[in-house]
Amino acid sequence: MTVYSTPGSADSPVSVKSRYGHYIGGAWVDPIKGQYFENIAPATGQAFTEIARGTAEDIEAALDAAHAAADAWGRTSPAERSNRLLKIADIMEANLEALAIAECWDNGKAVRETLAADLPLAIDHFRYFAGCLRAQEGGISEIDENTIAYHFHEPLGVVGQIIPWNFPILMAVWKLAPALAAGNCVVLKPAEQTPWSILKFAELVGDVLPAGVLNIVNGFGVEAGKPLASNKRVAKIAFTGETTTGRLIMQYASQNIIPVTLELGGKSPNVFFEDVASSHDAFYNKALEGFTMFALNQGEVCTCPSRALIQSSIASDFLADAVKRVEAIVQGNPLDTATTMGAQASNDQLEKILSYFDIGRQEGAKTLTGGARADLGGELSGGYFVQPTVFQGDNSMRIFQEEIFGPVVSVTTFDDEADALKIANDTLYGLGAGVWTRDSGRAYRMGRGIKAGRVWTNCFHQYPAHAAFGGYKQSGIGRENHKMMLDHYQQTKNLLVSYSPDALGFF
Amino acid sequence: MSLSSGGGDDTSVGDGGVATPAVARRVDATSAAVDLLRTMTVKHGPLMFHQSGGCCDGSSPMCFPDGEFILSDADIHLGDLAVPGLDRPVPFWMSVAQYEYWKHTHLTVDVVQGRGSGFSVEAPEGLRFMIRSRLLTDDEMAELALL
Repeated sequence: MTVYSTPGSADSPVSVKSRYGHYIGGAWVDPIKGQYFENIAPATGQAFTEIARGTAEDIEAALDAAHAAADAWGRTSPAERSNRLLKIADIMEANLEALAIAECWDNGKAVRETLAADLPLAIDHFRYFAGCLRAQEGGISEIDENTIAYHFHEPLGVVGQIIPWNFPILMAVWKLAPALAAGNCVVLKPAEQTPWSILKFAELVGDVLPAGVLNIVNGFGVEAGKPLASNKRVAKIAFTGETTTGRLIMQYASQNIIPVTLELGGKSPNVFFEDVASSHDAFYNKALEGFTMFALNQGEVCTCPSRALIQSSIASDFLADAVKRVEAIVQGNPLDTATTMGAQASNDQLEKILSYFDIGRQEGAKTLTGGARADLGGELSGGYFVQPTVFQGDNSMRIFQEEIFGPVVSVTTFDDEADALKIANDTLYGLGAGVWTRDSGRAYRMGRGIKAGRVWTNCFHQYPAHAAFGGYKQSGIGRENHKMMLDHYQQTKNLLVSYSPDALGFF
Repeated sequence: MSLSSGGGDDTSVGDGGVATPAVARRVDATSAAVDLLRTMTVKHGPLMFHQSGGCCDGSSPMCFPDGEFILSDADIHLGDLAVPGLDRPVPFWMSVAQYEYWKHTHLTVDVVQGRGSGFSVEAPEGLRFMIRSRLLTDDEMAELALL
């Protein structure tokens, strides 16, 4: 096991400057109004660097740079764009450990996850879209023997992307890779809780792209996010976050008549049928891990399996085993590879989770384990740590209906398949779901019956490129993680060509 | 009493400094929240709340300059927060669909250290509005016609 040194310390592979500007037009620039904000390490609650506090003026400067670069970038050959994405992936891979450490420190999550998931997935994502782009074809439609419709893919131009704080690099890459592959220039606004790791990414790979193709402006939502989302000079806006801001962004987009893609979260059911426990074999062990996946990334995942639905006939024994698995979670310094769960990303996130413990108990939910803040002592005492928590209650309780975005699962039981499906779909959201059974017919019926964009079947929390990811219901619009996302970043140009020398005869 | 939805005036819920009969309220604010609302009003003009749902900062109340967020029949007015010294109270809204799952609880707008996300006006201050909840009593539920 390894304990990595804190970024910025003499023996860390990750340097930390005292402050960071915006990345605009291929250069590091100071914020026009000269303001900065402190960036806090969630593991300690202490500030470790300062980040430019962007405003509308900085967004306009970034848009100027992006528009200056857009025509040339949009005309590059697919091979050239693809090769640049591959080069980015190679550089990230060569620096995987350093980027994983930076991501861990910025967000608070355990480095074992950033080493094994966040960074490898991000690297693969660039390679996937590099491949998709090379393989993408337009269309030719024969209208009649002398009339042909040619369909070309063209970039949208300059797009805006607003990134969440739960996977600062991976969520940025989910949006950047298809947008860049499709030939767009990007103005990216990271989350104000996690503004730093993406800048470490830009330090490494910025030179691979022509100046102005990628621009990063940090700052607060109301000061930098809004001027980007409402800007007349963006051809599309992509956002991952919550429903009120999602609606507001759609309102801005409607005023500019531009498309949006939105990923707004969920309250994912994880359904365990009784046959899971018919044998205490490898699959049963996998299902227990699947239950415990609510603690991945401290529960700060839009598809956190935060509602566990367990068939009544096995509930008691299964829960006993599951709680044991949860209690084996190791909290600690996120930079220690033995740590299996890190800190929540911010103080307000911590406070919100604690407020749900309160209302959960008031509503009569039973606490099976956890249910409080965790004080890990020493310099981690000020960190935003929460105990992994299992509640048992009823699907009508608010802890079953709201995305707590913490390491909290709410368990209820069901009698049969129809009951399971009813409870699973009794939610405003439809992003993810899990179904666990040894009966493939039941798995299929449940998978088709659950109104969610992704139904993990006998697995959970896998995010490979080439498997479409996006929401039903209030969980959003669009599909990421798949070549269809290229279409979300492209216009269709149709050339309707007549090869006939003859007039139509109207005039 | 019935709840009205949509963007029109609603004097049937909340008191918010408005002279209405003493009725059960769905939403209140702590004194810290009231103080922050006063400061934010000086900076941004009259304000409104819309309660968010979903991931990241879902479950947080978003505070916007009044009118910034377009309300519709998809929303319900839960009440008004009185802020002494201001010309008008701060209205609090939520989507009707979300309210269906929240209606048995009373909400209190509070303030914590943090920086939130979304476009809520207070985030640059290093502060974040957040919701604390309690169950409505049977009497309150009856008064609010929720039983």
